[in-house]
Amino acid sequence: MTAVLEVRDLKVRFATPDGEVSAVNGVSFDVNEGECVGIVGESGSGKSQLFMSVMGLLAKNGRTLGSAKYRGTELVGMPVKDLNKIRGDKIAMIFQDSMTGLTPHLRIGKQMTEVLVQHKGMGEAAAVKRALEMLNLVRIPEAARRLAQYPHELSGGMRQRIMIAMALLCEPELLIADEPTTALDVTVQAQILDLMADLKRVTKAAIVLITHDLGTVAGLCDKVQVMYGGRFMETGSVQEIFYQPAHPYTAGLLASMPRLTEGRREKLYAIPGQPPNLQRLPKACPFQERCDYVHERCVDELPLLRDVTPGHAKACHLLSLANPVSDPKAPSLKVATEARSA
Amino acid sequence: MSKELLRVEGLKVHFPIRTGGILIGQYTPLKAVDGVSFTLNEGETLGIVGESGCGKSTLGRAVLQLIKPTDGKVVFMGSELTGVGAEVIRQKRADMQIVFQDPLASLNPRMTVGDIIGEPLTVFFPKMKAEERKAKVRALMAKVGLLPQMINRYPHEFSGGQCQRIGIARAMILNPKLVICDEPVSALDVSIQAQIVNLLMDLQKEFGLSLLFISHDLSVVRHVSHRVMVLYLGKVMEIAERDAIYEAPLHPYTQALISAVPVPDPDIEKNKQRIVLGGDLPSPMKPPSGCVFRTRCPKASDICAKEVPVLEEKMPGHRVACHHWGIPDAAAVPTVGHH
Ligand SMILES: Nc1ncnc2c1ncn2[C@@H]1O[C@H](COP(=O)(O)OP(=O)(O)OP(=O)(O)O)[C@@H](O)[C@H]1O
Ligand SMILES: Nc1ncnc2c1ncn2[C@@H]1O[C@H](COP(=O)(O)OP(=O)(O)OP(=O)(O)O)[C@@H](O)[C@H]1O
Ligand code: SF4
Ligand code: SF4
Ligand SMILES: [Mg+2]
Ligand SMILES: [Mg+2]
Repeated sequence: MTAVLEVRDLKVRFATPDGEVSAVNGVSFDVNEGECVGIVGESGSGKSQLFMSVMGLLAKNGRTLGSAKYRGTELVGMPVKDLNKIRGDKIAMIFQDSMTGLTPHLRIGKQMTEVLVQHKGMGEAAAVKRALEMLNLVRIPEAARRLAQYPHELSGGMRQRIMIAMALLCEPELLIADEPTTALDVTVQAQILDLMADLKRVTKAAIVLITHDLGTVAGLCDKVQVMYGGRFMETGSVQEIFYQPAHPYTAGLLASMPRLTEGRREKLYAIPGQPPNLQRLPKACPFQERCDYVHERCVDELPLLRDVTPGHAKACHLLSLANPVSDPKAPSLKVATEARSA
Repeated sequence: MSKELLRVEGLKVHFPIRTGGILIGQYTPLKAVDGVSFTLNEGETLGIVGESGCGKSTLGRAVLQLIKPTDGKVVFMGSELTGVGAEVIRQKRADMQIVFQDPLASLNPRMTVGDIIGEPLTVFFPKMKAEERKAKVRALMAKVGLLPQMINRYPHEFSGGQCQRIGIARAMILNPKLVICDEPVSALDVSIQAQIVNLLMDLQKEFGLSLLFISHDLSVVRHVSHRVMVLYLGKVMEIAERDAIYEAPLHPYTQALISAVPVPDPDIEKNKQRIVLGGDLPSPMKPPSGCVFRTRCPKASDICAKEVPVLEEKMPGHRVACHHWGIPDAAAVPTVGHH
């Protein structure tokens, strides 16, 4: 398999007046051709910023450490003018916030055709034709008239589909989709997911799907990476993550899911406790303050990702969830004692 | 049940869209909301679902008079909101709040999070001491899963889901009677989503809070709603008790909607049969004659093109707008495999 994206020990830091925020804390993974990788995890755990840093789009107070290679070429530290040749053409991103991805004072048509004119050297008429085709594919009614409208005149879901259409226009080799279907109803969502599945199958594009919608992950992804506190807690195939979660956080996440088959219940299960403070993350396991199985080692040693079975890995000291005793053979990093946060 | 809090009658919002040339200046109305009526009781949650672009957000804004309705009536706590002056509406704002669909875009980028969440207090309780206000903001931040230490940060320094929770905290700080939640949990992981949903339900129990809950997530809607309203192209297709909508939907559109819900189970999801809605997407500017759903309806017949189906009570508490309403006939529904 050919890796389209190779990320090694990537870290993202933000400078703020009251200290440094450690948003991403050393993650490594590959995304291969024709493969869809799902990124799930806690809100605020660094999913978006991980890929904003890959795209070179961090806010001014942010910086990236480590490496991210697109087909062997290092992206971290690449000059903007080189990055611009790759962005929007070879690598496209669907932004989580549709207002960030679209320019408010530009008509939809202009925004869409610009990409084609710039990257593909298309003429105006051909670009408009292609943009219209794309809008029809993402099922936007009255497509021709929409080209003349401004983003605020569209519904939330239409804006999201415009962004999807823009990202697909150039047939990217790597598509990073950050919560692409949050504003879409289930029927349109199904069609969008089919479009992405086609992209992956027909053009062998690699897809990264960041989402909270575990149903979508179940339908489209081959691999899943579960994030918490800027680190991967567990990685594996969709089946492994859904049916044999090995990390206490993954298990808690799956238990919090409301199911369609259930009616109005008194209370939904939620993982107790507060999210970690990224300005003062525990040096050892980031989940320690909320974990039912926390023990001595969790506060002293950072658990490293290790295989449970080939291809399925977790970062946790436990032997297994079925037999939750500390596993002395689990690889870990000793952290300085003064860093103990308990 | 308990007392009526909100009554909406024949509400319409039509946006004028330029269709003629620049000189002719011809406008055609885009009927975003087209004659919607419903009531909401104290302590009740009405779920609102329907296709993207069917008018849910516009409806929510029009109820709060953030958009001026073209026609129809909104009665809140016994007094009419439509056609009254801005000052009267402003007074009512303390009791009716909204959580906007676009979290980041709805927050003022130049204000700190503490000021954003505390703003309603500043407006309605100008004499409140800054310390007291901050304490209230901090307490609410913790309840929605935001670290109170972040109180001095700016919106762009937060993640999508964190911004969404800032919007929720802001809407809740005055303990309003009515909150319109427009996709309030779409950017949250399921655990925080559960925490927020539990919070809303606690507030409802404690203070009799009423909610209009707009969401594409039908599992969440099922969990939080007492009743559910299904919209299509600005019109109500079906409205009923929650269980009736999910277990015995009578409208073909609702039936398709329920069958398309993704299940968080890879084996089921990758092999699932769904009702796929084919057909032409109707234009909100040239809605189909008769039933607006007919271009995509598997049950459509001649009468559907001629007569607008009226929203009528077909079973106790269950209103449907369809000429051929009923439990789906398996043979009439084309099912198409997923991948
Ligand atoms: N410019 C910034 N300055 C300081 N902190 C930031 C900045 N941008 C993001 N953060 C913080 O970095 C963390 C990671 O943010 P990110 O947007 O990657 O989260 P996420 O996993 O995508 O969450 P969500 O699911 O809510 O979108 C968050 O806790 C956020 O508060
Ligand atoms: N300011 C505006 N000017 C013109 N048309 C508008 C305006 N605001 C909304 N519309 C149109 O009204 C219709 C309904 O939009 P609305 O935002 O209410 O949909 P929605 O049901 O909330 O959709 P979504 O689920 O995608 O958020 C759409 O066709 C939209 O393009
Ligand atoms: S390492 Fe310890 S605290 Fe962390 S998830 Fe495993 S058992 Fe829980
Ligand atoms: S009235 Fe006719 S077209 Fe409309 S939903 Fe009913 S059967 Fe379908
Ligand atoms: Mg995000
Ligand atoms: Mg909307």
